[in-house]
Amino acid sequence: MRHIISVLMENEPGALSRVVGLFSQRGYNIESLNVAPTEDSSLSRLTLTTVGDERTIEQITKQLNKLIDVVKLVDLTEGAHIERELMLVKVRATGAQRAEIKRCTDIFRGQIIDVGTSVYTLQITGTADKLDAFLEAVGDAAVLEVVRSGVSGVARGEKVLSL
Amino acid sequence: MEMLSGGEMVARALEDEGVEFIFGYPGGTVLHIYDALFQSGKVPHILVRHEQAATHAADGYARATGKTGVVLVTSGPGATNAITGIATAYMDSIPMVVLSGQVQSHLIGDDAFQETDMVGISRPIVKHSFLVKKTEDIPSTIKKAFYLASSGRPGPVVVDIPKDITNPTDKYEYIYPEKVKLRSYTPANRGHAGQIKKAVQLLLNAKRPVIYSGGGVVQGGGSELLTALARELNYPVTNTLMGLGGYPGTDRQFLGMLGMHGTYEANNAMHHSDVILAIGARFDDRVTNTPNKFCPTAKIIHIDIDPTTIAKTIDVDIPIVGPVESVLSDMLKQVKDRCAKTPALPDREALQSWWQQIDEWRENHGIYHSPRYDLDSGFIKPQQAIETLYRVTEGNAFVTSDVGQHQMFAAQYYRFNQPRRWINSGGLGTMGFGLPAAMGVKLAFPDADVACVTGEGSIQMCIQELSTCTQYKVPVKIINLNNGYLGMVKQWQDMQYSGRYAQSVYEDSLPDFIKLAEAYGHVGIKVEKLDDLEDAMKEAFSLKDRLVFMDIYVDRHEHVYPMHIAPNGSMRDMWLSKTERS
Ligand SMILES: Cc1ncc(C[n+]2csc(CCOP(=O)(O)OP(=O)(O)O)c2C)c(N)n1
Ligand SMILES: [Mg+2]
Repeated sequence: MRHIISVLMENEPGALSRVVGLFSQRGYNIESLNVAPTEDSSLSRLTLTTVGDERTIEQITKQLNKLIDVVKLVDLTEGAHIERELMLVKVRATGAQRAEIKRCTDIFRGQIIDVGTSVYTLQITGTADKLDAFLEAVGDAAVLEVVRSGVSGVARGEKVLSL
Repeated sequence: MEMLSGGEMVARALEDEGVEFIFGYPGGTVLHIYDALFQSGKVPHILVRHEQAATHAADGYARATGKTGVVLVTSGPGATNAITGIATAYMDSIPMVVLSGQVQSHLIGDDAFQETDMVGISRPIVKHSFLVKKTEDIPSTIKKAFYLASSGRPGPVVVDIPKDITNPTDKYEYIYPEKVKLRSYTPANRGHAGQIKKAVQLLLNAKRPVIYSGGGVVQGGGSELLTALARELNYPVTNTLMGLGGYPGTDRQFLGMLGMHGTYEANNAMHHSDVILAIGARFDDRVTNTPNKFCPTAKIIHIDIDPTTIAKTIDVDIPIVGPVESVLSDMLKQVKDRCAKTPALPDREALQSWWQQIDEWRENHGIYHSPRYDLDSGFIKPQQAIETLYRVTEGNAFVTSDVGQHQMFAAQYYRFNQPRRWINSGGLGTMGFGLPAAMGVKLAFPDADVACVTGEGSIQMCIQELSTCTQYKVPVKIINLNNGYLGMVKQWQDMQYSGRYAQSVYEDSLPDFIKLAEAYGHVGIKVEKLDDLEDAMKEAFSLKDRLVFMDIYVDRHEHVYPMHIAPNGSMRDMWLSKTERS
């Protein structure tokens, strides 16, 4: 199953390489990863998605927790949560395609953020599934470049991941 | 206010930390530190002949004393030479602090002379690591390194120090922190009360129990409590390779080592048990044999300080995360209370028939019941060499070992009654470990007998340390079980490759070890006949202040048994001799 693991860790040089190294060292896979400092600049928030059976996921969370730089973590998929990913897509947009792509973008509640004579740059946010669906709707032929942020997420309701 | 240079801070911090020995080797990037150590003269430094040996010596010191071993090496090749020893310590959870020099800060990343990314290279084999950026950070970083290395599940910590921040002319205020706290690091200090209660309940109702304890009991100071608990219950105990000495090896309740070369009775007791109490052990693949055939009828209680060891390879029923010492003391108390209230516990009748079964296994195939090797071969059997060592040292020596058949024979036939006496590279299986480790032990315990059981293959991996032993007068005894082969490799080739000895033979290239020992100023004793063995061994140990290299010619074709049948075997599936299977 796919899991979203959200990690609060020391904003120190080397911390990220320890997390990434752990995954390659122990043969776990990372599907997506994003990381940035939080409102407390001494902490970074790292979110990763991974796939594995129950035992693997348990090991992953335990091994992550064992890293000295990791302060706290949560497997968001264990409870109700919100997941978002940002995608920037450059698509070929000429002639009749221009209107078609605009329509499709609207349906997915995306925005056109840059316009060229033959290309649009689009921004779409949503779950990873939604972004996949959008790409499928637009079709491979039109897509020139895709940049995805990787999944980030938070738990629903009162629950927070903080010190 | 005390103003010190970075180099002085390192020297001073080690002194403030109470470090007894530094094992190291100098080079460009650590010269400021070496000069500061030279000038202060407070912490003795042992100059090894290869950085790998510095890590093994610090490791041996740590295993024997329980204190943190300290290593100091230069950047580049000095640092990379230390890697094998760091990995060795990591696999066996040994507290160690490795200080490595680094090129000057402004050169980092430029492929400067003797630059290597030590933090990067060592990352998968350290508990944690630091690259120190500022002189002012040296004391607190060293403090953190010692704290991390020695607390929780111990392990090696690397502190990489760029040369420029140790510059003798740049002085800063020196304050060595009394304590450190890391918000992201909080090792458990007690086991969960509810889990312990459940565990005691299960344990007391067992009909065929076995206690399986590992290196965590030795490291975590849990031996006495384990012994008390096992005796209170009259339950059988088996130890892992790393756990030997955690329970008295000559005790009636001791079944010997378990696993790939474990005893018949230990492996069978595990396989047929209904409750396993695993303490400070990690269900290593050399213990379990095929995981899905592991102990099919057992419920498992697992105590460990490190949550990642729990349910890593084998699912357990009652996990308890905590230091073995506190968990065992909680358990022992509850066991005593429960037994006092309910005299029917534990089930004595069930236990009696369990012991009967175990004794039968012992009689039929146990290595301690009667010799399982050929007594009339005309050769010195390696087992006999270890038995002789055991007798001559009255079971009280510190025994380090290298890796191979000799290691397994030592583990099987030297019966350790105390923890921290058996010092070997269990997890990584590092040939070359034995001699430098023995140096570290002997320096810590100058009056004790320290024997390094080795093979003619392994000893050559760190033989240069004979010179260190000369310089510092470290009179260890080297017990070289010379079978003229990479014996353990040959054994596998005999068993699985129809005796094709691919690169496990040396032709006639072995050195004359006696002359070699003598060249370094030591004593060499060659033993070729069984009749001479005991007297020669006695002579070696009577030479208290000399390093003696005993070159013992043992049967070249002996195998280590029992041996798990793999792949697809269970705990109880073993070869018992070259022709006999369980
Ligand atoms: C550094 C290293 N390289 C290779 C091995 C693989 N290995 C395990 S045992 C062994 C043979 C050891 O030979 P020797 O020291 O003579 O011991 P014996 O088995 O003959 O008693 C080898 C090569 C190892 N454990 N460590
Ligand atoms: Mg050999």
